[in-house]
Amino acid sequence: MIDYDKLIPDKILNIQPSGIRKFFDIAQQVEGVISLSVGEPDFKTPWAVRKEAIRILEKGKTAYTANSGLIELRRAIADYLSDNINTEYDPEKEIIVTVGGSEAIDLALRALVASGDEVLVPEPSFVCYSPIVTMCGGVAVPIVTKREDNFRLTAEALKEKITPKTKALVLPFPNNPTGAVMRREHLEAIAEVIKDTNIIVLSDEIYSEMTYNGAKHVSFAELPDMRERTIVINGFSKAFAMTGWRLGYAAGPLPIMKQMLKLHQYCIMSSPTVSQYAAIVAMRSCREEVDKMVEEYDMRRRLVVKGFNDMGLDCFEPEGAFYVFPCIKSTGMTSSEFCEKLIYDKKVAVVPGNAFGESGEGFVRVSYAYSVQHLTTALGRIREFIQEIKK
Amino acid sequence: MNKLLDLLRQNARLSNAELAAMLGMSEAEVAAQIKQLEDDGIIMGYTAIINEESVDETRVTAIIEIKVAPMKGKGFDDLAHTIMEYDEVDSVFLLSGAYDLSVTVTGTSLRKVALFVSERLSALDGVISTATHFILKRYKEKDHVFNEDTTDERSLVSP
Repeated sequence: MIDYDKLIPDKILNIQPSGIRKFFDIAQQVEGVISLSVGEPDFKTPWAVRKEAIRILEKGKTAYTANSGLIELRRAIADYLSDNINTEYDPEKEIIVTVGGSEAIDLALRALVASGDEVLVPEPSFVCYSPIVTMCGGVAVPIVTKREDNFRLTAEALKEKITPKTKALVLPFPNNPTGAVMRREHLEAIAEVIKDTNIIVLSDEIYSEMTYNGAKHVSFAELPDMRERTIVINGFSKAFAMTGWRLGYAAGPLPIMKQMLKLHQYCIMSSPTVSQYAAIVAMRSCREEVDKMVEEYDMRRRLVVKGFNDMGLDCFEPEGAFYVFPCIKSTGMTSSEFCEKLIYDKKVAVVPGNAFGESGEGFVRVSYAYSVQHLTTALGRIREFIQEIKK
Repeated sequence: MNKLLDLLRQNARLSNAELAAMLGMSEAEVAAQIKQLEDDGIIMGYTAIINEESVDETRVTAIIEIKVAPMKGKGFDDLAHTIMEYDEVDSVFLLSGAYDLSVTVTGTSLRKVALFVSERLSALDGVISTATHFILKRYKEKDHVFNEDTTDERSLVSP
């Protein structure tokens, strides 16, 4: 008999499955659940992009591409970054097309983190940063972002956590799950702290297209002197509703990108070819569709924020992504208790805030990547739920 | 106002409070704009989009093309007005192209609709010819997709 537990390194064994996974299992057991828990757009990929993929398949373009991706796509990405974050990258050498933004995060962290290195991770945030840091032998150091700061990272909180071992800072904004956005002045305060250090910033900008209230996305890379210490991560999943195509990218200074490309070569070879061709169309000719989707998200966002505030659950008005993050402390329940009871009593699934880091306790993540009708039905059920537990 | 109309086109049952939240307006502003649109004859009414064939299997809808000999000085309006008066008629449009009027007729059976066309419409002065097309299946109407599996393919919960 093989003792698998002895076979597998502790470093891997000790990694906890995502709290979201646990919650998914509960949600799946209940018949007829309506969900507000999905982290992907409800829109279909724009037709022009789908059509291009069909054309490319018909032409039989099914071979590997260059390791770093089709040069036409990298040029399109370079133009996009130049237009949207006013930062220039050499498409030949400073951009890698990856399998989703997720792979780009993995490459960047593996290229940077040595044993014992510390990586600062603002929380609540997306679930993958800390486990990857751990797998690299590094130490993920959470920085709690707070409701009273609109879930932004502050210079003070950052300073407190910087040590001589700090290698990198993850900047996950617009943020999943809080919807927080760092505006230019907030990023400038962070740059002020970073500029005298050797810390590399991993700017995960996957929700960059989804900003509201005139809070147009600003990248850390576009601040003076910050390009050389920033790796920009973005992708097609959210902006162009292309989650299943698995396509993202990283752009950054050449010496780091060179190392990331080696990792990408050995583990991926090249990203999916058909997706890459289709993504060129997404970048070059889907501005209108993207703007339309964002406008639709914005209307839903206002509807949902008001819905929660009207129920008496304090809900911070998010300026980005497609989530709201209401506080449920007034119910006296923990996030997990609230979410489980809501599923069993009213068959509505929202995600416990602590699935995104301990500091998410007391909050729940609600996705509004759903139709207005779906949202109003679900909000109605949550309203009943709140009234019933108040009794 | 166009955004308000867009929202109402999709779902006229949203409350003023919901519309106000979505549009970033006050409820009073929404109420005033809707009243204005109604007064101006821009919003003509509010109805439900119904999958008619599911309500009653024998119920049928037909689109009838009518070729008309326009009468001097009157154009098509007189005939269109006569046709509008029938209860069986849901809609009447004047069209460009191969025929002139498009009339939608609903009835409780194929036979009733066919008889209505042959006995009433065809017999009207100025009607040169009619062609009746029964609707066999609704795919999409007023931006709503019919009879299709609309299950959310996305995972119930995802990060």
